Amino acid sequence: MELGVYSFGDVQRDPKTGELGSTAQAQRNLLEAIQLADEVGLDYFGIGEHHTREMPASAATVILGAAASTTRNITLGSAVTVLSTDDPVRVFQQFATLDALSNGRAEITAGRGSSTESFPLFGHSLNDYDDLYAEKLDLLLRLNDSEEVTWEGRFRPSLDKALVVPRPENGTLPIWLATGGNPNSSVRAAIAGLPVSYAIIGGEAERFGPLAQLYRQAVAQVKVPGADTRVSVASPGFVGEDAKAAKDLWWNHYHEAFRALGEIRGFPAPQRAGYDRDANGKGALFVGSPEEIADRILDLHRVMQHDRHFFQMDLGQLGQKDFLRSIELLGTRVKPLVDAALAEKAPATADVE
Amino acid sequence: MSDPKVIGILGAGRVGTAIARRALAAGYEVRVASSRPAADIALVLQFTASGAVAADADQVIAESDIIVLALPLSKYRSLPAGALRGKIVIDAMNYWAPTDGTLPEFEGAPSSSEVVADYLDGARLVRSFNHMGYHEIDGDARPAGDPDRRGMALAGDDPAARKAVAGFIDRLGFDPVETGPLASARGFAIGTPVFGAGLKRTELKSALRIPEAA
Repeated sequence: MELGVYSFGDVQRDPKTGELGSTAQAQRNLLEAIQLADEVGLDYFGIGEHHTREMPASAATVILGAAASTTRNITLGSAVTVLSTDDPVRVFQQFATLDALSNGRAEITAGRGSSTESFPLFGHSLNDYDDLYAEKLDLLLRLNDSEEVTWEGRFRPSLDKALVVPRPENGTLPIWLATGGNPNSSVRAAIAGLPVSYAIIGGEAERFGPLAQLYRQAVAQVKVPGADTRVSVASPGFVGEDAKAAKDLWWNHYHEAFRALGEIRGFPAPQRAGYDRDANGKGALFVGSPEEIADRILDLHRVMQHDRHFFQMDLGQLGQKDFLRSIELLGTRVKPLVDAALAEKAPATADVE
Repeated sequence: MSDPKVIGILGAGRVGTAIARRALAAGYEVRVASSRPAADIALVLQFTASGAVAADADQVIAESDIIVLALPLSKYRSLPAGALRGKIVIDAMNYWAPTDGTLPEFEGAPSSSEVVADYLDGARLVRSFNHMGYHEIDGDARPAGDPDRRGMALAGDDPAARKAVAGFIDRLGFDPVETGPLASARGFAIGTPVFGAGLKRTELKSALRIPEAA
């Protein structure tokens, strides 16, 4: 199974001086993190489009482009691109360029976005939330299919045999559909022949098991030729040497991140009891020791059979040093445990089938 | 009325399927409708709420004792107000401009549920389920008497409807906390301290300033 990291580009606070870092530094921190993730053998790094001062990674492809030339193997993606408020032609061109520079390692994850700051920023109305996404996803998929596109829609000028270049290294780009768990989104991904990426950010992670089953059942029913039917999971998570120390450290940052977000969105600051419940056993927060995180990934794999799991580690001004250490532990300690367990399991599964 | 036996849910998204699962687990018959064809909903329910029956909205409303509104609030005008007249209706929808967009009738409104009640003239509307996240509805239900059982607020102008909904909430796994007429739902709307706070019954009552004896 592929393991990786995603980030919205957290602005970090210096643990010694208490000073808040710059939004510019946050971009450089991300590049450093991607390089380390590649060095320690992780499979995926995703940068989610975000437009807040706390999480300022608004131009993912620029950072990923820099990473393309300083990394060798890691897949570089968006997690997510707020497709609703962008121009699919520009999104496609940027990711196809990234794909060229990285020798075929680029991916798009398309979503409506939880960060709706991009709507007023680019002159779109939230009243068109559903229609914008449907139309732009349709165009993005058409652009992926052929380099010459004729298309008409409501939200951007029509295209008449328009040439859209460059083309991806391997013909097409993987385009994942992101969902936060609305069952209709799983069906939508299956009908479109797209791989699906589940964001599991609260409650019990296993709640998403039936959704993965629903997705696969819908895939079996619609049978889109050449469909990419992979399943991925994105969740908050942090790995430390010691389980308790990791949970205590990360709580401070988790609390800060959601306290700030709650202030904007009208929900109360998280409480430690809820955090502990979600960070232990079956919850959505994958925070703990390498052994614990490996076990928890494997537990979820039993119900979801997902192909990729990646973690949001840096939030609430986590120190860069702690971020990098967590990436290192995920690559050097968690990944071998997960790989070994799944390799052991593979022959038995084949027998059953 | 006699004890409600059939729960109808309008909306097959995260909230609708979570309530459907809990209602099935509590032994109710469950019917679900959404804007999609019944065959599509049936596929969704097969995995998310096995045992719930997919149908169109009119049939779900006609056959159910309690109807739960679990659709995006921006679509509330698609509800068949005529068919819902006289029915016990739970409004679980919230107005959240960052995803609904700005809807003028909810801007500065006392509470979204009062706007919905005006539109659904004649429905016996009860406001509830809105202050708890869908994953909490799923994961935090507990049997009566469990020390970790959470409180669920409800408000409505029809006392008999409130009583029926309180019984439904109790069977689903939460302690019902009645706050009074529909206008009292302002006390647990978005942005209030109890919204999303996951409080137990006594904590919820205290936060809503309801005397324990009430």
